[in-house]
Amino acid sequence: MHHLALNVQHVGKSFASEEPWLKRLRRRNGKVCAVSDVSFQVKRGEIYGILGPNGSGKSTLIRCLATLLIPDAGRIEIFGHDLQRDEKTVKRLINRVSVDAAFFKKLSAMENLLYAARLYGMDGATARKRIREILERLGIKELHQPLEHMSRGMQQKVAIARAFLNSPILLLLDEPTTGLDPRSKREVQEFVLEVREDHDATVLLTTHDMDEADKLCNRVAIIDNGKIIAEDTSQGLKNLIQDRVPNPTLEDVFMELTGKQLVTEEDLVSET
Amino acid sequence: MSFWRRELRATYAFVERNWNMVKRYWGWEVVWITYSIVNSLAITFIGAGMEKISGQPMNTQYLILYLLVGTLIWSYLSVVFDSISEMIAWERWEGTIEYTFMAPVARPTHMIGTTLFSVSYGILRTLIILGVVTFFFQIDLSRANLVGAMLVLLIGSVSFIGFGIVAAVLPLLFPERGSQMTHIIEALLLLISGIYYPISVLPDWLQKISMFSPATYVLEAMREAILYSKGTSDLLPYVWPLIAMGFITIPFGLLVFGIVERFAKKTGRLKRSG
Ligand SMILES: Nc1ncnc2c1ncn2[C@@H]1O[C@H](COP(=O)(O)OP(=O)(O)O)[C@@H](O)[C@H]1O
Ligand SMILES: [Mg+2]
Repeated sequence: MHHLALNVQHVGKSFASEEPWLKRLRRRNGKVCAVSDVSFQVKRGEIYGILGPNGSGKSTLIRCLATLLIPDAGRIEIFGHDLQRDEKTVKRLINRVSVDAAFFKKLSAMENLLYAARLYGMDGATARKRIREILERLGIKELHQPLEHMSRGMQQKVAIARAFLNSPILLLLDEPTTGLDPRSKREVQEFVLEVREDHDATVLLTTHDMDEADKLCNRVAIIDNGKIIAEDTSQGLKNLIQDRVPNPTLEDVFMELTGKQLVTEEDLVSET
Repeated sequence: MSFWRRELRATYAFVERNWNMVKRYWGWEVVWITYSIVNSLAITFIGAGMEKISGQPMNTQYLILYLLVGTLIWSYLSVVFDSISEMIAWERWEGTIEYTFMAPVARPTHMIGTTLFSVSYGILRTLIILGVVTFFFQIDLSRANLVGAMLVLLIGSVSFIGFGIVAAVLPLLFPERGSQMTHIIEALLLLISGIYYPISVLPDWLQKISMFSPATYVLEAMREAILYSKGTSDLLPYVWPLIAMGFITIPFGLLVFGIVERFAKKTGRLKRSG
């Protein structure tokens, strides 16, 4: 198996601007540049974090990787498969969990997961057995209750379990804990670590929660305004500003780095 | 082999999911079916009342059957059209569209699954309506060519499926207004296809347009078979255009869908929020 789970080279994506007056900072001929010239590599088995504020392009990047958006520029390889050329092969290797758990709200956990399993070509009997095991492990007893009755934290865990149902080898988690209460957040984080261990999967995770990045990720990239401005282990990132801030947290790193970045970005815009 | 087995299972994924949705949203099903039944009854009663309305003696049995064929066929075709054309709008509303589009499923498989559901659901609903309506009216179908009528209906469904696929594209292109547009298409089909009247009463220019509606041929053939007991071979002149339309609209629909899907992925129109 390819040792590089993910190889992203010079990926860029812009959208037609929806609210030009609000997005003036980033506007270039009526376009919002969501992701620009992003490159990074994720090794097999890593948990790689993308840390950035709201609107920094995290979801756009994830959607490009999940074949939901076609990038304007650059190249993406997943386990050596080119995303454009081998779309269907890649789709079998990946799965994505988004902020909103993306379920049919009135359908039960069983029905939602059965749909997912069949979509990926699993037969009914195997699927039902595996789904029972998974839901049992999550402590979900109401297999046949509509999912909308479950807490957001539980829904998110079901979503992660659903993603693992078809044994993806690259899991894309887009802000899996955003909007959860602290306890659910911790539970979801532990669940991510646990299932990753079991499935030997590679995880790409986006977050704007510094602690989460610190806690879960082997390496972290900091993204701001669609650009990756630093990438290292969280210790390595902290070392970057060690001389200026004593005992820095990732939060401090982020403030230091984005502060600078914002200035240069503004300069750049006013120049053009 | 394993490719086909996987695609077959994925096909069933859509059928099963949609039936589960019907069960879970049963309250709305009751609303729709009640509405359809009342609608069909009301229209058929127009036939029953025509003699009183006009004050002239009339062939009331014939009128009842004429309108009943119209209302049943329209109810069936619009259910098929709706449930196919709403497949995107529905998933966008549920917020699952990205999940479904990310799955390793060929788009024709997605369509076939949706279509299988739509046709079986449409048949079931139409049978329920028929059951209730026959309870209200004395309907004599002993001389009708029912086999021929069913055949025409099934072949006609194929071109309606193609129309549905083309219409399904609209919510991909226009996240906000797309599903309203599909309802306009449907309303136009209702107007021009001679559902409740012969198309010869329409203005010339509308008659020309009605040639392009598959429902026009389905309706005429059904009436030949049911009202005039025409044999199946007599229905062929209506069947050929339907087959031709199916051959054109389905590949055209898939082609358009593919192009629009790509466009949506380039411009970021798949997502709803987040
Ligand atoms: N589908 C889209 N259409 C138009 N603009 C979009 C779309 N998706 C994202 N954007 C814009 O791209 C920028 C980055 O958004 P996003 O990737 O969602 O950031 P994040 O996930 O980090 O909050 C934002 O300015 C957002 O408004
Ligand atoms: Mg986001």
